[in-house]
Amino acid sequence: MMRHHLILRVVTKLLVGTIILFALYVQFHGDYSPGGGFQAGVIMAVAFILYGIVFRLEKVQKVFPPWLVHKLAALGVVVYAGTGVASLFLGYNYLDYNAFNPEHAEAGQELGILLVEAGVGITVTGVMVAIYYAFAARTPLIDDEEW
Amino acid sequence: MLVVTALAVVRTRSMFAVVMMSGAFSLLSALLLVTMDAVDVAFTEAAVGAGISTVLMLGTLALTSRYERTSHQSPIIPLIVVTVTGAALFYGTLDMPNYGDPNAPAITHVYPEYMERAPEEIGVPNVVTAILASYRGYDTLGETAVVFTAGIGVLLLISGLRRRRRKGEPDDSDERPKA
Repeated sequence: MMRHHLILRVVTKLLVGTIILFALYVQFHGDYSPGGGFQAGVIMAVAFILYGIVFRLEKVQKVFPPWLVHKLAALGVVVYAGTGVASLFLGYNYLDYNAFNPEHAEAGQELGILLVEAGVGITVTGVMVAIYYAFAARTPLIDDEEW
Repeated sequence: MLVVTALAVVRTRSMFAVVMMSGAFSLLSALLLVTMDAVDVAFTEAAVGAGISTVLMLGTLALTSRYERTSHQSPIIPLIVVTVTGAALFYGTLDMPNYGDPNAPAITHVYPEYMERAPEEIGVPNVVTAILASYRGYDTLGETAVVFTAGIGVLLLISGLRRRRRKGEPDDSDERPKA
């Protein structure tokens, strides 16, 4: 049914990669510029949602299956909390990133922030895509004339 | 422009236009936050408010009707409630310090200390990230857990409805392969 949206399909194919790249930039450049895990997670989710809207839900679920999405949402929290536990085992306070590099506290902090931001990003991506799947799976396909 | 967009949202009956205009509303408030130098917040508002919630609203829209029904109830009581709440909110802002006030508690309390210590202790140029992820690490952990819990809640609500409706029919959904 989406056969005739030629421009939309071509533009989406071009954009999805760019959006994911931008999400990764926001994720890992959050130390230097505005942005961080929350924003990056949302942008990353948008890439998949856009793909799902323009092509079909089944197509995007083939790339990013629902069970993986649900697992990712939980994995992010585990990564974040696990960073704290790791610093506990290294003999420091919970979520005290100096633990990762006691001689160079700044490097340890960088690593810790990177890890927890990654956790945040993974969770947000997972939750957003999961919500989209839940909504879209209930939706009967809309005819183009209806819009 | 924010006010005009808000009024347009209230007046319009076509749901599609309302969703689009609430997206525009979010984008305008993001611009407002940029002019107030709160770039991180503006970024979040643009991504979440204008981006993903518009898309999710469109997804919801596909499930419901496309036009708002005209209500037959008297608009007096809601109008009073809204006016009183709005007046209370305005009254609350009277106590807040002016924008850019150097004596505001947000600026005088722990903020200078963070600004001084963050470059040496954390070594991350973006102080917002340093505060969020390191000094306030517990808060952000809590926020992540909240996002996760909210996601689970939505999933449970929606897929619960699905299963009940599909009872008796063969479950042909590939949404949850092992549930």
